[in-house]
Amino acid sequence: MVPAARTAHTGPMITVENLTKRYGEKVAVDDLSFQVKPGIVTGFLGPNGAGKSTTMRLILGLDAPTSGSATIDGRSYLDFEAPLHEVGAILEARAIHTGRSAYNHLLALAQTHGIARSRVNEVIEVVGLQDVARQRVGGFSLGMGQRLGVAAALLGDPRVLILDEPANGLDPEGILWIRTLLKRLAKEGRTVFLSSHLMAEMAQTAERLVVIGRGRLIADTTVEEFVRRASTGAAVRVVSPQATALRDALTAKNARVDSIERGVLEVHGLTGQAIGEIALAEGIVLAELTPVQASLEQAFMQLTGETVEYHAASTDEPTTLREAA
Amino acid sequence: MSATSATLDTPVRAAVTRGRVTQLRVVRSEWTKLWSLRSTRWSLLAGVVAMAGLGPLIATFQMNRWARLDPGDRLHFNAINTSLGGYHFAQLAIGVLGVLVLTGEYSTGQIRSTFMAVPKRLPVLWAKAGTFAAVAFVLMLISALVAFLATQPILTQHHVQTTLGHAPALRAVIGAALYMAVLGVFATGLGALVRNTAGGISLFAGLLFVLPGVVNILPTSMQNAINPYLPSVAGATILSGTHDAHTFSAWGGFALFCGYTAVVLLVAAVLLGRRDT
Repeated sequence: MVPAARTAHTGPMITVENLTKRYGEKVAVDDLSFQVKPGIVTGFLGPNGAGKSTTMRLILGLDAPTSGSATIDGRSYLDFEAPLHEVGAILEARAIHTGRSAYNHLLALAQTHGIARSRVNEVIEVVGLQDVARQRVGGFSLGMGQRLGVAAALLGDPRVLILDEPANGLDPEGILWIRTLLKRLAKEGRTVFLSSHLMAEMAQTAERLVVIGRGRLIADTTVEEFVRRASTGAAVRVVSPQATALRDALTAKNARVDSIERGVLEVHGLTGQAIGEIALAEGIVLAELTPVQASLEQAFMQLTGETVEYHAASTDEPTTLREAA
Repeated sequence: MSATSATLDTPVRAAVTRGRVTQLRVVRSEWTKLWSLRSTRWSLLAGVVAMAGLGPLIATFQMNRWARLDPGDRLHFNAINTSLGGYHFAQLAIGVLGVLVLTGEYSTGQIRSTFMAVPKRLPVLWAKAGTFAAVAFVLMLISALVAFLATQPILTQHHVQTTLGHAPALRAVIGAALYMAVLGVFATGLGALVRNTAGGISLFAGLLFVLPGVVNILPTSMQNAINPYLPSVAGATILSGTHDAHTFSAWGGFALFCGYTAVVLLVAAVLLGRRDT
């Protein structure tokens, strides 16, 4: 099954080409193209409703694309003779019958591929569900449900993992667990593709990012590059005991100045050096002068701001990169 | 959740035998799924109790009231129909469970796990229908046999009993199981078409139980023309001990019911491959 030239774990490439999916009038995925490489964790980032889950369902053959294609190792998911050995997946909505026990759920999946019962017990141990494996899934917490999802995804020892919001509902310990697990799976050479709307989580887990908004590609880059790009034109943070005077002096030079808190300003449109010179000329004491690098959150907000499907009410809008009152 | 720290050291990869998906393996999987749900066990139990128990119960009731029965009722009394009378109730249990076999997966989202494991999808439909039909056949054959054999001694009270050696009796007992098996497939197909539990059960009950009532209020000439074609009437000819001018023969009616089932299943199969989940 695996070509001899590769190691057992080397994952294939996921290739999405001009993928489009319409549900009636609504375009959920719009001419999307990107690749997911093996050996690293690739994050799939976008606000809720951006089309992440739809894209994943299209890759997994659950929905049929309106046009374009999504392939794994050059093949459609529908053509796999042993899909569980190729791809392990967790979907956002729990895809498990609530009336069945975790063990029986996994056993039924395993039997479609002739996978042994011993492997079922093994993955149950890997995710730490051995104490509740015989209980009905309906009584599981969200976190236990996610662990069961991970167990199902690992069942066939696949070379590709596709996970939709795997950290959802996990406690901090669980998040650390899944982060470590995914990184290790990627290090083994597998292709790991996970979606999230939680930017901080992505920053700690993923190396590369595919960012989408309203079904369209916004960025396909490394996490570092993504943050750097979004940081251009970012602010300089200035701490001064004479903040009011400094504010007036900077505003006079056409800078945009936000008061963050008492004695702390955020200056847009001037470099740190320019601010220092103005302060010297005006005889204003500076206690601190720091360029602000945008966090992944801010970068994300800035790049996807116009593509968020459902805008929050204006009072909830992030003010960090905008003019604060 | 507590048992997490140790699991990081557990190897994710072990020697996994890499096999491909086959129809037989999907059948095994569906067998596990069928029996690992409480709703299955209760529904099947209800079907078995009804099929095996109602016949003898009705027979006891009839024998106790024999002297007071209408002469016409006594004349038309049929030992086969009395002993297998439980099918009226059992078909509800089998039908509802048949619908649930697929709609239960759609309502919980399980269908996505199922189709990710078997992306070609059709093997799942065949396996579900086949497994359920086999289970229904075996359980209903045993239940019908128990009903028949338990009823006859009761009927000896007024010498209206029959025996399995009597040709229509054997056909009816086996026929009851055949009818239930095909009915299970019929219901599974309806569930696959509608993909919604409430809708599927309504459709099933509408076709099997409501339609005859509607036909019943039509003028007699129309009733006689339409009645034999009703799924419930056509299907049940195979387990009936009596036939009048307005029903098909035992095997003819059953063949028509099999035809209906084949149509439902084929339409379901075509749609199953095309629809998004």
